[in-house]
Amino acid sequence: MNQNKLTRLFVASTAALAMLFSAGAAAESDWRRPWGVNLPEGVTSLSQVAYSMHMLTFWIVTVIGVAVFAGVFFSVWKYRKSQGAKPATWHHSTTVEIVWTAVPFLILLGIAVPATQAMIKMEDTSGYEMTVKVTGYQWMWEYEYLDEGIHFYSRLDRDSDRARQRNPEIRPRDVEHYLLNVDNPLVVPVNTKIRFLLTANDVIHSWWVPELGWKKDTIPGFVNEAWAEIQEPGTYRGQCAELCGRDHAFMPIVVVAKTEEDYEAWVAEQQEEVNGDVAVDDDDLSDMEMDDLMALGEDVYDNQCMACHQAGGEGMGDMFPALAGSDKVLGDRDEYKSILLDGVSGTTMQSFASLSNQELAGVLTYVRNAWGNDDDGGDVFQPADVEDAR
Amino acid sequence: MTATTHDTHDAHHHGPPPGFFKRWLFTTNHKDLGVLYMVFGLLMFFIGGAMAMVIRAELFQPGLNLVDPHFFNQMTTMHALVMIFGAVMPAFTGLANWLIPVQIGAPDMALPRINNWAFWLLPAGFVLLLATLFLPGGAPAGGWTMYPPLVLQLGDSFPFLILAVHILGISSIMGSINIVATILNMRAPGMTLMKMPMFVWAWLITAFLIVAVMPVLAGAVTMLLTDQYFGTSFFSAAGGGDPVMFQHIFWFFGHPEVYILILPAFGIVSAIIPTFARKPLFGYSSMVYATASIAFLSFIVWGHHMFTVGMPLAGQLFFMYATMLVAVPTGVKIFNWMATMWQGSMTFETPMLFSIAFVLLFTIGGLSGVMLALAPVDLQYHDTYFVVAHFHYVLVTGAVFSIMAAVYFWLPKWTGHMYDEKLGKWHFWLSTISVNVLFFPQHFLGLAGMPRRIPDYAVQFAEFNMISSIGGFVFGLAQLLFVYIIVKCVRGGQKASSGVWEGAKGLEWTLPSPAPYHTFETPPAVK
Repeated sequence: MNQNKLTRLFVASTAALAMLFSAGAAAESDWRRPWGVNLPEGVTSLSQVAYSMHMLTFWIVTVIGVAVFAGVFFSVWKYRKSQGAKPATWHHSTTVEIVWTAVPFLILLGIAVPATQAMIKMEDTSGYEMTVKVTGYQWMWEYEYLDEGIHFYSRLDRDSDRARQRNPEIRPRDVEHYLLNVDNPLVVPVNTKIRFLLTANDVIHSWWVPELGWKKDTIPGFVNEAWAEIQEPGTYRGQCAELCGRDHAFMPIVVVAKTEEDYEAWVAEQQEEVNGDVAVDDDDLSDMEMDDLMALGEDVYDNQCMACHQAGGEGMGDMFPALAGSDKVLGDRDEYKSILLDGVSGTTMQSFASLSNQELAGVLTYVRNAWGNDDDGGDVFQPADVEDAR
Repeated sequence: MTATTHDTHDAHHHGPPPGFFKRWLFTTNHKDLGVLYMVFGLLMFFIGGAMAMVIRAELFQPGLNLVDPHFFNQMTTMHALVMIFGAVMPAFTGLANWLIPVQIGAPDMALPRINNWAFWLLPAGFVLLLATLFLPGGAPAGGWTMYPPLVLQLGDSFPFLILAVHILGISSIMGSINIVATILNMRAPGMTLMKMPMFVWAWLITAFLIVAVMPVLAGAVTMLLTDQYFGTSFFSAAGGGDPVMFQHIFWFFGHPEVYILILPAFGIVSAIIPTFARKPLFGYSSMVYATASIAFLSFIVWGHHMFTVGMPLAGQLFFMYATMLVAVPTGVKIFNWMATMWQGSMTFETPMLFSIAFVLLFTIGGLSGVMLALAPVDLQYHDTYFVVAHFHYVLVTGAVFSIMAAVYFWLPKWTGHMYDEKLGKWHFWLSTISVNVLFFPQHFLGLAGMPRRIPDYAVQFAEFNMISSIGGFVFGLAQLLFVYIIVKCVRGGQKASSGVWEGAKGLEWTLPSPAPYHTFETPPAVK
């Protein structure tokens, strides 16, 4: 009871403080900074439990470690032959051995109790107020708000993407939040128990925002559960934590926590926009202009394809074939479409079926026509062509 | 333990057969094979080390500076495979080959021809594995853990990887069966199990672990192979399989494997510390029981590698408790080594320096292991540089340091010459300081949020990465000195006596230095 009160007091006061300092705007977390050496306390009760468990264990093992170092250094200083030390001949003592078996055991028992409580709390997703489904892709995240009908993809932001190329146009140090920024962040309300359902579409990824206190693997064919109740509005950044192929380092996570009112406003805005945004509307199969297709296609290409196939479609070695002048790109239309929709097994070319029909039509058209590929004169793919091939 | 007699050469004793190929390719002599294993381990240590240098060079600064991310992933994957299966395991097996017969008073290993075959499979396996670097699409890049479905995206390197793992596994199994057979059947009269040197005990237990888990790994990678080429779906959810099942099977092999990489180290420092403290090993029998307990526990803790995959609560708690228990016997070993030094009469030759550093730095790795055991916090630590720091403290300052200690300790016995003590100390201090500059900041990086296996990172991690890389380059260079010291010692130096070290105890120290090609053809009597 007491603890609950304390927690509530803590939450209230931190929330008040946060409001004071952020003055309505979402605050940037101050945990991520150069020379950082420790876990964040974070902004959820789980991250705070993890942090306190971490600090407790850290101090216990530090004391033990210092004792071991001190003991060894003392022997090295005291019992050296050059100082005339004569070796003793004893070589066991049952009492001492029992003591240093039992004492560590009791210390571990002491740690195990709060660790068990923390674990039980972590696993308890009951009483959630909203659900976000997270799907990992090579190499981006998809977020679905199951009740609100909001759905979007979240990829590395353009500036980071430009700076992470070999011989980049801008230096990583000049990009704000280099590799930790995305085009579309996950927006969630504070003080709301959010259930996350986590899965993946291709290989295993792991969704990790340190300030939420946990990471959870997203596994194709399985749905994992986790939860968070964020206490302070702010922007919290994380990364994929499970090796998932070439661009594993380049699929960050950004969570923007808003006050309940700001979040409601954001939801309303999103729901309104659904029909306004051509690029993500999957149902619209109407024909598009060649210029629109090319513009959209270039956008998609830069975000999705360029890392492997390179800016001029020249590819890289045998692993990432050139697209400029490629027989596959300029050959049979259906085969060409199926490479994007199904991927190519046994290679790193995975399926891009998660893109919308417009996006796929755009990139198909763009690649077929860019870099001198347009010899047969403006070959266009329309959203309906893509839908047919699905 | 005292040998009453030992033979030197007479008419029917013969040296190695003449001719380079005849001697080394066809040899069944445990000392020759020990040398081959160790030279192979050293070679692989440098190949794996070169890969680590590529990794540290790329991570020296933020941005993609030197290599493509795909090649970076090949480096992290191959670095691990080469270091584990090519450097540390062969080095330990080499030490076992050379030392176990002379420590238990046996004329050779029990199965000399299998011994030859087990060794020569290793170069074959590594030719396959390293050849993948030159294939289209490059070497394996899915991590040494080979998790599906990612590993199934490998191109031509995939079947090479699987076949290489099979060959290396067969080699390890044969080597281990040989060690078990030797220890159980060929001890000199009077050498009861509880009189065996700790190194022999440690290897007996390690060999059982290898025989138990290598076939499990073989099974797991075979299932990968059939998933890829024969239409099965053991690990594909789309076909009714389970990608997480691979992780369970892999870590059922993988956790005992990490103890395979450390138990022989325990044996080595248990031989060296008493020698230079001039005092018997404290708590010999509790050392034996502690080693056996650690080996037993290694079979029931694999789930702690998988706290993030979504196991049921009960499973997570079980693996957390079992993992925490490992700290108890491990602590016993550390305390016993401390007690061995207590009231001793210590000198600090290079093997002793490496052994003391082992005790202290392995303790750091062990203590961060206790932290990692806690499931609720592991959800933060998992797959970060904190884990990288942890396992490099136990594998580099643990396993590798023990191997270096062993080389300095027994080199006079092998070559008949003393190594250059001054250079040895230089090697020790350069290695010990640089290895901490290399790995200690990685604890901070992990806690501050840097995932492992990434070729590029947010700029907040730049400072510690640069420090770590500098430590890495110095550590890498320092190992060239190690090779120079070994070569110099092989070629000449002060003559070593049969006892070599003032406090040395055990059968191998009753033999002349260098030990004759054949030893203990008449078993020594052990009191």
